[in-house]
Amino acid sequence: MDNSMIALSVIFGIVLVSSIVGMYAGGRYKMNLEQWTVAGRGFGLILVWLLMAGEIYTTFAFLGASGWAYSRGGPTLYIMAYLTLAYVFSFYFLPQIWEVGKKFGMQTQSDFFHKRYNSKNLAAVASLIGVIFIIPYLQLQLTGLGIIVEVASFGAISRVTAMLVAFGLVAAFVFVSGVRAVAWISVIKDFLMLFAAFFIGIGLPYMYYGGIGEMFTALVNAKPTHLTMPGATKVMGHSWYISTVLLTSFGFYMWPHLFSATFTAKNNNTLRKNAVIMPLYTITMPLIFFVGFTAILVVPGLANGDMALLTIVRQSYSPWFLGVIGAAGALTAMVPAAILILAAAALFAKNFYRPMISPGMTDDQVARLAKVLVVVITLVALYFAIYSATTLVNLLLLGYAGVTQFLPGVLFGLYWKRVTKAGVFTGLVTGISVVAYLVLTKQDPFFGINAGFFALCVNFIVAVAVSLMTKAEVNPFNDNPAEEAKGSA
Amino acid sequence: MHKPSLQSILIGLIPFVAMCFTVVLWDQVHPFVLGLPFNIFWIILWILITPIIMSFAYRSERARIDAQDSGLKGGA
Repeated sequence: MDNSMIALSVIFGIVLVSSIVGMYAGGRYKMNLEQWTVAGRGFGLILVWLLMAGEIYTTFAFLGASGWAYSRGGPTLYIMAYLTLAYVFSFYFLPQIWEVGKKFGMQTQSDFFHKRYNSKNLAAVASLIGVIFIIPYLQLQLTGLGIIVEVASFGAISRVTAMLVAFGLVAAFVFVSGVRAVAWISVIKDFLMLFAAFFIGIGLPYMYYGGIGEMFTALVNAKPTHLTMPGATKVMGHSWYISTVLLTSFGFYMWPHLFSATFTAKNNNTLRKNAVIMPLYTITMPLIFFVGFTAILVVPGLANGDMALLTIVRQSYSPWFLGVIGAAGALTAMVPAAILILAAAALFAKNFYRPMISPGMTDDQVARLAKVLVVVITLVALYFAIYSATTLVNLLLLGYAGVTQFLPGVLFGLYWKRVTKAGVFTGLVTGISVVAYLVLTKQDPFFGINAGFFALCVNFIVAVAVSLMTKAEVNPFNDNPAEEAKGSA
Repeated sequence: MHKPSLQSILIGLIPFVAMCFTVVLWDQVHPFVLGLPFNIFWIILWILITPIIMSFAYRSERARIDAQDSGLKGGA
């Protein structure tokens, strides 16, 4: 057997065994819409948080972060900062979202907009925007899977073929399994990822330099400016760093699938405790960075930094170990991809298609539509993955620039009684338009500031201005309406 | 709905100041600490400190909410 056969067999073997374990765990349940999308709301606390961690450590963390460490250097530090600060920020609004979610029986992010602003249309627009910006995040996972198959085949399988294979794997995986299987596979994935991070994050610097400190010393001597900002880029300086950290840490829980995972927690105190402890999850990230930094001098000159981690692993270990690392990478792409596809399909079917286009649909019809949408959404992401070449981190930043535009509607919805649905709607639409314009005309960063953050500021200003110009509305979240009447009189 | 207190918000600002707003002060390679360039050391240090800081925010919120809820019950 040649090297590529060994590596590919190990990858497919591990992925197959994990899928079987997952399906066996999920197979005892009859699959209706609720089972398929939210596992019948029967998840215990541990499974819920495993599921959330499964969504957080995606192939972006694995290949994208090491790729940026390799090709960009210093600016990559934003990833460790934003993951930590996202949990800090969540302390101040997730418990409140849980409280209103329980009171009003919310299940999705769009439900929040529906109940707070008493507007089916605003909820439908929010679900549509959510689905659109899940696409680049999905494209990221497919591209990552394609890279893994390409490198593990020692170049024998082309990127496009690899992505077609990846598409088949993910779609099949979602179709047969649903969310319960995904949660169990997530357990296997997290252990493999943790093992891989520690093994190669410490092992590779020792193999080539005799230690992590020695590796950094050699790197600083060879490239004195790589490790500070703007690193190997021209535009990613300190103002880019601050605006990007703010955008992504504020936007983290604005992802529709992470927002709605809040509703599955047992109580709001759990969310507070979680916000305190979760930053420790970030501690595997530096190890992934060490791999990218080691690769700079060991495998120099790669055109695509996202291939750095796998290329150095392929060069340093035997093919079966490349297979193990490749499998860890494949699962970190497939598990989040499955969750994203499920979330997007359910959101579109339940919060857009049924209320706006076909109100008479039964739950079974919605479930069938959702399954068709799985294929459609994955095909769209596949199309972009094949025809638009960009780095994994850039795809993630594009998704963040979009979903973070939900923030004014969420924060004002909780904390500002004077906000109106017209204000939130115009702010949201303006924010998304600014993002689209700046990204499509390649003006990101915009004067040294992250374009998504600039759009968010415009969004906030428009939301405040339009709210104040429109007539005050009743706040359904207010616990004490009598007090409000007195206050405004 | 329990809104967060000003005190807990001020505590939460500390990690934001340390890891985000002050970047210009710590984004440098030297001195190396524990074999790490200073900026990477600084970020890792704050990943470890942040849960400790947030545990103070947690305690302050818990105490206040418990007092509020028992106050409500007492009044009813």
